[in-house]
Amino acid sequence: MSTLSFSARMGKALPAKLVGRAWNATIVGLMTFFLINIGLIVASVATSSFGKRWFNTWLPDGYTTHWYFDAWKEFQLSSVMIVTIQIVLAVVILAIALGVPAAYALARRDFRGKNLLMGLFLLPLMIPPITYGIPLATVMYRLDLAGTLTGVIIANLLPALPFVILVMTPFIEQIDTNLESAARVFGASNLQLFRHVLVPLLLPGMLAATLLVVVRTISMFELTFLTAGPSTQTLVVSLYYAVFAAGVRAQQSIDAMAIVYMVVTVTWLLIAMRFVSPTQLVSQVREQPQGN
Amino acid sequence: MIQGASDRPGAWWKDLTFWMLAPATLFILLVFVYPFVDGLILSFNPMNGGYFANYENFFSDPRLWQTIGTTMKLALPATLINVGVAIPVAYRLRNKSPYQKLATTIITIPLTLGTVLIAQGMLSYFGPNGWFSQLVQWLNIWDGPVRLTHNYWGVLISLVISGFPFVFLLILSYITGIDPVLSRAAATLGANPFRQFRHIVFPLLLPGLAMSFALSFVQAFSVFPSAILLGAPSGPTRVISIAAYEAAFENYDYSLASAIAMIMGIVQLVVVALVLGFRRLSYRGPVTGGKG
Repeated sequence: MSTLSFSARMGKALPAKLVGRAWNATIVGLMTFFLINIGLIVASVATSSFGKRWFNTWLPDGYTTHWYFDAWKEFQLSSVMIVTIQIVLAVVILAIALGVPAAYALARRDFRGKNLLMGLFLLPLMIPPITYGIPLATVMYRLDLAGTLTGVIIANLLPALPFVILVMTPFIEQIDTNLESAARVFGASNLQLFRHVLVPLLLPGMLAATLLVVVRTISMFELTFLTAGPSTQTLVVSLYYAVFAAGVRAQQSIDAMAIVYMVVTVTWLLIAMRFVSPTQLVSQVREQPQGN
Repeated sequence: MIQGASDRPGAWWKDLTFWMLAPATLFILLVFVYPFVDGLILSFNPMNGGYFANYENFFSDPRLWQTIGTTMKLALPATLINVGVAIPVAYRLRNKSPYQKLATTIITIPLTLGTVLIAQGMLSYFGPNGWFSQLVQWLNIWDGPVRLTHNYWGVLISLVISGFPFVFLLILSYITGIDPVLSRAAATLGANPFRQFRHIVFPLLLPGLAMSFALSFVQAFSVFPSAILLGAPSGPTRVISIAAYEAAFENYDYSLASAIAMIMGIVQLVVVALVLGFRRLSYRGPVTGGKG
């Protein structure tokens, strides 16, 4: 390093460092502000759900848990929970059952129109649910499927299935084909190969896909809202109706219901985060790394 | 590899690949493509008037065509804020560390909570008697109640809260895909972090940014529950999805609703095409270093 460039760097180092620090502080500050507000939003709902009476003061007059019992009865949360579980279970099972074989074929095979098919599977993830939900709901009303459990499951499967395919395809691509060839050499049939080689290898990927689909289906509002009837609402849709009709019911019981919903989603999110990276939640829309 | 008949000459119905892909493809065709085509045809068969009556109606009724502008006014600023803030934050968190995992998980939570819960939380937190308003008055920043709900700002804030994590995770997945060796090479040549970003990371990130912008815009443009719960759904935040919903489920004019959904899809498509077209002008190539 020459003396000149060294002294030049020394001269510039201080302001550049200061600017860098200020910039870092701005970003950290901005994010802290954002997250603190999110935290306070949640805390304010939680406080209200436990508060006896709360009006124009920092904290409620006293604390109680009876809003939770009220909300559970008023919004028939037991039946809403059962419906939610049924829908989520059915969607997960169907999405895995239909999605994993398709992902396998897409990962391992080359055929004409493969890119077209990939595009077709990507579309429901790129287009927002409300755009395709309205035509879908229209068709379902005509076929008398709207309002039924089947209808809601079909609607929720629509984004879940491509999502499983998109998570599983790169996962299957990175499994060494030699393992399958070796099983073949030892005379494994398709069924044996599937049962003893593929299923154990695919399990981690399927677990990740399952958890992500659970989280996404619980919080999928638009499609369920457009296709559900009074007896087929999931938790998030009945929360919407409660918020929409605010004033009819006590604010605190709506808050209690919101907390119930939040506990359910965040629990699943935290379970999912143990196995997958958060970026997978958004979907694997990034292109495959090129050039290697 | 599971063997299919495509290695050998044979009929398509003996091909295992076909049977692996068929159920998923059939499902997407029936539940996604068919309703879209059906909606398109339905939109040209209005309840009264000629083939184009719905579209003529939409573009002559200010209550309908103005929803495009209303939605744009929400979606564009929200997308710009989200992408603009997400870039530096994702760049800061690009290196793998326990800190990165924790920060991304916290940032992800608003994404999983969903718009309905955020709306309920914002109603209580940003409401006239909420903590935010109380704090602002306590600090004497603003006189009188702070109105951040039931208007434009409420919807914009909720679009940032739910949209930012989405964009952040997308951009993070693109940034972590860029080989850090490239930045380090620039650093050894004397580039400071800002110049590394400006000359190395940013050009490589542009395609990903375009994709993130497009996806984020499409999400924001289809804003629905928060526009109703947090906005003024009859006035300043009467977005296009509300118009489509009203047409379908309040006036039972499925034909007009389909037309509005198609217009919504077309506007989204045009913006995405513009952004991705712009992206073509930029660098396209590997984001990884050479062999090494």
